[in-house]
Amino acid sequence: MEAVRAENLFKTYGHGATEVKALLGVSMVAHSGEVVALLGPSGSGKSTLLTGLGLLNPPEKGTIDLMGERVLEDGKAFGDLAALRRSRIGFVFQKSNLIPFLSAHENVRLILALNDQMGPETYTRSQELLEYLGVGNRSRHFPEELSGGEQQRVAIARALAPAPPLILADEPTAALDSQRGRAVMELFRKVAREQGTAVVVVTHDHRTLDVFDTIYEMEDGVLSRAEKTA
Amino acid sequence: MNLAMKDLRRQKVSFSATALGLGLLFAIVLAMGGIYRGLVEDATLLVDHLGADIWVVQRDTRGPFAERSTVPPALEDRLRAQAGVASARSFSTATIQRIVGVRSLRMTVVGLSWPEDKGQALPLVSGRHLRDPHREVIADRSLGLALGEILPLGDETFRVVGLTQGMLSSGGDGLVFSTELDARAILNWQAPEAKRVEREGRLARLAVTELDTLSNQDRLRDERFNPPTLAPFPANAILVNLRPGASIEEVQRGLEAWPDVTAYTAQEQRDLLLKGVVEKSRKQIGLFRALLAIVSGIVVTLILYNMTVAKTHDIALLKLLGARSSVVVKLVLNQGLLLGALGYGFAILIAKFLFPLFPRRVLLGPGEYLGVGMLVLILVTLASAAGIVRALRIPPTLILAG
Ligand SMILES: Nc1ncnc2c1ncn2[C@@H]1O[C@H](COP(=O)(O)OP(=O)(O)O)[C@@H](O)[C@H]1O
Ligand SMILES: [Mg+2]
Repeated sequence: MEAVRAENLFKTYGHGATEVKALLGVSMVAHSGEVVALLGPSGSGKSTLLTGLGLLNPPEKGTIDLMGERVLEDGKAFGDLAALRRSRIGFVFQKSNLIPFLSAHENVRLILALNDQMGPETYTRSQELLEYLGVGNRSRHFPEELSGGEQQRVAIARALAPAPPLILADEPTAALDSQRGRAVMELFRKVAREQGTAVVVVTHDHRTLDVFDTIYEMEDGVLSRAEKTA
Repeated sequence: MNLAMKDLRRQKVSFSATALGLGLLFAIVLAMGGIYRGLVEDATLLVDHLGADIWVVQRDTRGPFAERSTVPPALEDRLRAQAGVASARSFSTATIQRIVGVRSLRMTVVGLSWPEDKGQALPLVSGRHLRDPHREVIADRSLGLALGEILPLGDETFRVVGLTQGMLSSGGDGLVFSTELDARAILNWQAPEAKRVEREGRLARLAVTELDTLSNQDRLRDERFNPPTLAPFPANAILVNLRPGASIEEVQRGLEAWPDVTAYTAQEQRDLLLKGVVEKSRKQIGLFRALLAIVSGIVVTLILYNMTVAKTHDIALLKLLGARSSVVVKLVLNQGLLLGALGYGFAILIAKFLFPLFPRRVLLGPGEYLGVGMLVLILVTLASAAGIVRALRIPPTLILAG
């Protein structure tokens, strides 16, 4: 199943002298259960693509389909993008992913509450997810009391909570040491395999590429599929 | 999930302190209203209590509460002879400041017309009303006098036999009730030396008249002698009550024909008091109150706006995660309303426990509480709106920038 399909995306920032063409006809697919890496030098347009897929920063041309449904076409939205974000897409960023005044457990439960799920089962689900990601014993801690790796695990638990078909992660391990970074990448793979989620990860770390099923490379706004060499 | 409350968990102290500060502001807004109502109440308390239908005062004066007004007590008899008049009693009042023991007491002496009025109608909190036409007083508790305490006034001493609560003059001084005769004696008392000097003066004045006989000189030297040709102590007004069915306007019109007095209905006397004593204060208090309301509004707006700015990152993250606008609106509005409610709660506590210690009466009814409550609600809602506008403008992609 194609969790996300992007066709021919164009994105331009600014205009006139300060115009930057960040995406130049980008197309890509991520299937359910697949872990996809987005590589490329800084400023090549990876984040622009990811936030485009995440419906935060719609490209002005091209189409995006989520689970076979058209959600964006040439900058025009089909349906409520915020509603799609909270129910269909999980987000993990480099840092500052968590609401600082909510405990780990509440951060996970928050996304369920945003989806109008309030019942007692949301408490169990949040706890189970934290345990699944190895931070069950941290559920009552606040973000500032957690290490960087723990914070990312909580963020992944939150991304998973509404059981979205797609998780987008932008350099999620950049703030972690290589050992913990690798552990997080492996978690993404586990999540993809066990939950059937498509996971798209922007990364610079070539040492963890063996974790991924598919690798794309971005260069000056142009995306191409790379061969797995590892 | 109540994000507003969860956010406040970690800043209970600073949030409460902010609410307390606001509470003080709201309390002052509340106090302004109460002080004004207290002024009105104090100003009209005595007039209302005395219950006269018509106040007869010195011609062209505004009565004893506005200025010096003197009328001869004998005017009582002329008034009693008027058609429609049931009773007429002289009334004296003045504010005096005396040293009693070590205290400097400022009090307003009020004469009750013995024997009809013994102070039965006064709201006594302890003791009794007057039983003796002389040397007994009922005093207001605000003066700090104790029941049974002896109050030396002039060359007489007076026993405090009863205590009232909240009986104040329009100037806010505690009232002391005595019989009318005692009141006049207190207010017109002169030191023995002054009397002696006056006797000397009388002898000197006698010396230039043809009445300067030895026997007349002897009489004037006798300190108990009161020349019948000299006026008795004047009263300040005569209080008239009418027979049932008599028209106040008619009697008043009849008295207006008298060249030596002016007659006011009780309502006119009341209005005069309010105009004289309260009018200027009312404007001043109103202005002050409006300014305070504006200051409170600005302060609340700044607080809520800054609380929103401090949460910029969190709000951006909520939006990125797909939160509805209503979630963001509630986060800001709930904190605004809570701040208002808490501040208002503190204001009520301050009003309950602090206002009674104020030197002037602060009279607060449900109307004042409701009015200030509404004002607080409007202020925090408007102030929250400023925060909400700001919050809704935060772009979700802000998260990615840093
Ligand atoms: N909000 C923005 N406004 C203007 N230019 C932007 C903005 N975001 C990104 N860019 C530009 O678009 C290009 C791609 O940026 P980005 O997608 O962040 O690249 P990457 O994530 O690969 O480092 C860069 O040249 C960057 O300067
Ligand atoms: Mg980037």
